[in-house]
Amino acid sequence: MNNAGQAYEVVIGLEVHAQLLTKSKMFCACGADFGLPANTQTCPVCLGMPGTLPVINRMAVEMAVRAGLALNCAIRSKNRFARKNYFYPDLPKGYQISQYEAPICENGVVEVPVGEGRKPIRIRRAHLEEDAGKNVHDGDNRAVSLVDLNRAGTPLLEIVTEPDMGSADEVVAYLKMLRDILMYLDVCDGNMEQGSLRCEPNLSLRPVGQQAFGTKVEMKNINSFKFVKDAIEYEIKRQTKVLNEGGKIQQETRLWDVDKGVTATMRSKEEAHDYRYFPDPDLVPLDLAQDWIDDLRRTLPELPEARQKRFVTDYGLPDYDAGVLTTSKALADYFEACVTLHNQPKIVSNWVMGELLRELNNAGCSAASSPVSPERLVSLLQLVDKGTISLKVARDIFPEVYSGAAGGKTPEQIVKEKGLTQVSDEGALEKIIDEVMAKNPAQVAQYRSGKDTVLGFFVGQVMKASGGKANPGKVNELLKKKLAG
Amino acid sequence: MALHKLTLRELSDTFGKGEVTAAEIVRAYTLRINQVEPKVKAYISQIKDAAMVQAEALDQKLKGWRRTMPLMGMPLAIKDNICTQGVLTTCASRMLATFVPPYDATAIARLRGQSYLLLGKTNLDEFAMGSSTENSAFGPSRNPWNLSAVPGGSSGGSAAAVAADECVAALGSDTGGSIRQPAACCGVVGLKPTYGRVSRYGLVAFASSLDQIGPITKDVADAAMLLNVIAGHDAWDSTSANLPVPDYTKALKKKDVKKLRIGVPREYFAEGLDPEVEQAVMAAVEELKTLGGEIKDVALPTTNAAVATYYLIATAEASSNLARYDGVKYGLRSKQNKTLLEMYMKTRQEGFGPEVKRRIMLGTYALSAGYYDAYYAKAQAARTLIRQDFEAAFCEVDLIVTPVMPTPAFKLGEKSEDPLQMYLSDIYTISVNLAGNPAISIPCGFSKTGLPIGLQLIGRPFEEETVLRGAYAYEQATDWHKKRSTVR
Repeated sequence: MNNAGQAYEVVIGLEVHAQLLTKSKMFCACGADFGLPANTQTCPVCLGMPGTLPVINRMAVEMAVRAGLALNCAIRSKNRFARKNYFYPDLPKGYQISQYEAPICENGVVEVPVGEGRKPIRIRRAHLEEDAGKNVHDGDNRAVSLVDLNRAGTPLLEIVTEPDMGSADEVVAYLKMLRDILMYLDVCDGNMEQGSLRCEPNLSLRPVGQQAFGTKVEMKNINSFKFVKDAIEYEIKRQTKVLNEGGKIQQETRLWDVDKGVTATMRSKEEAHDYRYFPDPDLVPLDLAQDWIDDLRRTLPELPEARQKRFVTDYGLPDYDAGVLTTSKALADYFEACVTLHNQPKIVSNWVMGELLRELNNAGCSAASSPVSPERLVSLLQLVDKGTISLKVARDIFPEVYSGAAGGKTPEQIVKEKGLTQVSDEGALEKIIDEVMAKNPAQVAQYRSGKDTVLGFFVGQVMKASGGKANPGKVNELLKKKLAG
Repeated sequence: MALHKLTLRELSDTFGKGEVTAAEIVRAYTLRINQVEPKVKAYISQIKDAAMVQAEALDQKLKGWRRTMPLMGMPLAIKDNICTQGVLTTCASRMLATFVPPYDATAIARLRGQSYLLLGKTNLDEFAMGSSTENSAFGPSRNPWNLSAVPGGSSGGSAAAVAADECVAALGSDTGGSIRQPAACCGVVGLKPTYGRVSRYGLVAFASSLDQIGPITKDVADAAMLLNVIAGHDAWDSTSANLPVPDYTKALKKKDVKKLRIGVPREYFAEGLDPEVEQAVMAAVEELKTLGGEIKDVALPTTNAAVATYYLIATAEASSNLARYDGVKYGLRSKQNKTLLEMYMKTRQEGFGPEVKRRIMLGTYALSAGYYDAYYAKAQAARTLIRQDFEAAFCEVDLIVTPVMPTPAFKLGEKSEDPLQMYLSDIYTISVNLAGNPAISIPCGFSKTGLPIGLQLIGRPFEEETVLRGAYAYEQATDWHKKRSTVR
């Protein structure tokens, strides 16, 4: 059978694992940091030693509730943990403590920007669980595999959508929004490369107009926005080809191969585990007080979408600016700190989005750890505002303000030392203008014969002659006067 | 003075007055253990030398000071499924034959806080799964009253050690009767506290929703003394109850049961109960009446579902609890494996005994997709009914009196080939674990062949005081607890 030409609808759902930014692990007092020597961040509890017991991390529960509220979920005040049983060397107890029948958050929705409009993506559930450790396969001696349990027991929030997305772009838009929200709440650092935000899309196709879902395929090992887009687009093509050639999609889990740019079978449905979930008898069911949940709701920070709208209405910024500035909470906070000191939102926005973001991106830095404080940036802007230096000089010295900022010189000091103070003195400027006019009699004649556009040439020459320090407004004014004769 | 014949309270008083040193106590018990242990085989590990070092250090520290803590210098034996820092904790399994925990169970930490002395770790059915201590990878223990009989189980080593005066008192664990049943078999006192009364942290899990640590002692007062120390909330065990702990020895002031309503459940005196046991228990009921108790019939209609319910819930939890023994981190790892799967399979084949494997398989089945609702979920529903039975009965009465096991201790090997018969020896103790209530086993007579018979008193949750009061009144009115095993 050949189905070539059949149009398919793409159906995608997403599971996201977000590592929560708690100080300690989900069920013990061990730290939850990255990059320590193997097995140094462990204790009898997270090593699964005989007789040890888990104790729920209150902060993880709080973070899950805050995330749930931000994702418009219903919070299940009575929720409980369950054991997911399977054998793997990185899973010390032989089961993962997760939530199954009674997850902490259910039935949420986020409105994701798609094209001109917005599309609601429903959240089926978000539940707490512990992470596994990591198997390390020794490169030199392939007979040996080692296990690092530093990560075992770190808290995760697994956020599962309904199959509401229809393209790679929609998935990326949802994922970006989810990441922004989690980062705004300070519940996840959103770092996909380090694995603190992992996404596993499931994807199926169905002929346009058909109600029933097609067979779905799950994808793993996707650790950047680019790979999400690439993997989904590859998988849509692969499934379309299979169906067009009359084949059937196998229910399976496929791994994204970054180097080859393809997905490949990891395990089929037949190899899927029976996890034998059952309520964990070591943990009493949680019973969250409604007052506590209400308090958390009241104290939720402003979320990216609301903040973006506010930036447009309160500061009169273009949508584009507001969008860029609110992509991270740190950047938006930085912007607002500057505006509080220097109430010229559009000028501040230009600087933050332009010079500052360029330097931060080059350094791989977040606005939260910017070496230039809002105070120092504003002091530079104020030098321009007061006419002490020109905009051009300000831009020229910004890299120095940025790099030397930690304990370095203030913009005022730099300007003073380099003698960059703008020249506004009419006598000094007239002297320069006279020299320039004397050197360029032909252009003076052109201007006087009615060719106004030559004015630009003279401004340029005067600025150049002044080493960029001349006040351009004054230069313009004086030039017009002189050239008029 | 034969120190090993004293009760915990007597020895503690003697030590408190400075009439005996800790070193003398350890020396006396070393002699006693050397004498009878080859016959009884109560211990898996003896650490008498370490105990002597500790005893001498304690004596040194105490010079000129008062000895204020009740368990200071008291020589105890601990069931080998309770973790003791730096001391082998095997669970009577090849799997953990070399396992030395780097931490103490909370109950042990509390004993240590009183400077108790650890004489050794006692034998049990592997991972506490059994009723005779025959399922031990290190061989069975014997009943000090009759060396051809089992000491009961799974805390058989602890009960035998107390009965044979190889320690002054011991800790056991009770999942379906594992403290009370061996206490009955060995003619000593065994108390299973309310679920949540004693922290489970460091008790190697068999069935997490049923397991509870408790004392095995020579008399009721000793049980109260020991419970005083180990009971109480523990931040490391979320299932431990955050309730105040009373002084349990105060419950022993009254030597009567006046104004107590005592229930006798007819379901416990049905088919399968040995007439000698029935007679002894009914005589005990009469005695409680004489002591002022109001005897009433009560109904526990769901009793017949208890064994089936228990063997679904306990095995389901066990199948998951024992998954951690995979050869990766500690304990046994089978040698020469080509693949990961082979390592898992061979390690678990070699490491676990037949009863443990049987229960892992039963539990895995009960939790499997397609069977969960029919077995595990149904068992949970039945458990709720069993708990409600007890709640209803305890509206009518303050204590419930029953046999501990259907027969006196059976012979070694008698039931080891018939798991179902073995499971039925816990028929009177299992419901209490499913309901969570506290219960005690105390001696109430002997069979014609000279084997002890136990009486079970069950109380409302967290009313250990009432249980101890009833048990103490009966004990003081009778002489059974004064009888000692003849092993020498």
